[in-house]
Amino acid sequence: MFRTLLASAALALVMTAPGIAQDDLSDPQIAHIAYTAGQIDITAAEQALRKSTNPTVTDFAQTMVRDHKAVNVQALALVEKLGVTPEENATSTALSDAAQAKSEELEALEGEAFDAAYVANEVAYHRTVNEALEGTLIPSADNAELKALLETGLKLFASHQAHAEHLAADLQ
Amino acid sequence: MSTLLIRRSMLAGLLCFLSPAAPVLAEEYVVTIDQMEFGDVPAELKVGDVIIWRNNDMFRHTATDRDGSFDVDLPPKAEARLVLESAGSIEFYCRLHSGMVGTLTVSP
Repeated sequence: MFRTLLASAALALVMTAPGIAQDDLSDPQIAHIAYTAGQIDITAAEQALRKSTNPTVTDFAQTMVRDHKAVNVQALALVEKLGVTPEENATSTALSDAAQAKSEELEALEGEAFDAAYVANEVAYHRTVNEALEGTLIPSADNAELKALLETGLKLFASHQAHAEHLAADLQ
Repeated sequence: MSTLLIRRSMLAGLLCFLSPAAPVLAEEYVVTIDQMEFGDVPAELKVGDVIIWRNNDMFRHTATDRDGSFDVDLPPKAEARLVLESAGSIEFYCRLHSGMVGTLTVSP
């Protein structure tokens, strides 16, 4: 629970922390946060594919890998086209740290306990990312193509959140 | 118009006239997937018509009948054809993104 809160707090930094106020986020920083958020979910899904034997969980994880990789390929192509170098920042670093802690926590679990914890984290994680995308990252993006890609990402993440919520209900 | 063309057109007309019950031609309709949504579905579908599912997204999708009569795989930026083989109201969705749904209404 603490680590889930930590992950939420990492993205909440985008909106609340002094020094990372909304207006201060540059496009290179936003690109780094969005790419990192996708990469974190890919890594979590790869862990699920390694540990879970539940077909509904592994099907979900495969969709996470496939979809987030697709977005991140587009994100890399866009930053290259724009000549922008994604810039690491306090939010993306905090996200990565929280994800690492969560991964270690999940690694210690097996079977149904792992499935339940993985899916619960997917619900919480997607909800938090969606709130950050909608409330901060999309409004803060200056470049129209970056904004459009983030908007596509939000539709995708919202779909994933709904999928994870259904899955969580099924696992109970 | 050349003589050859006139002869061909007369022949075509004759064949049409002789044909006892010319089948109604099947129509082709495109249903586009964009931004995680199925686009508009044609209103007047008939058995034998063809749906061309066109996936404009960067994500893989499917067009899948809830009753199992078809399951069309749609890689990113790909399209696939589906011949409508039975009449009725067919609810379809994307197996990978269950919020994406639609209905085909097919008459005999």
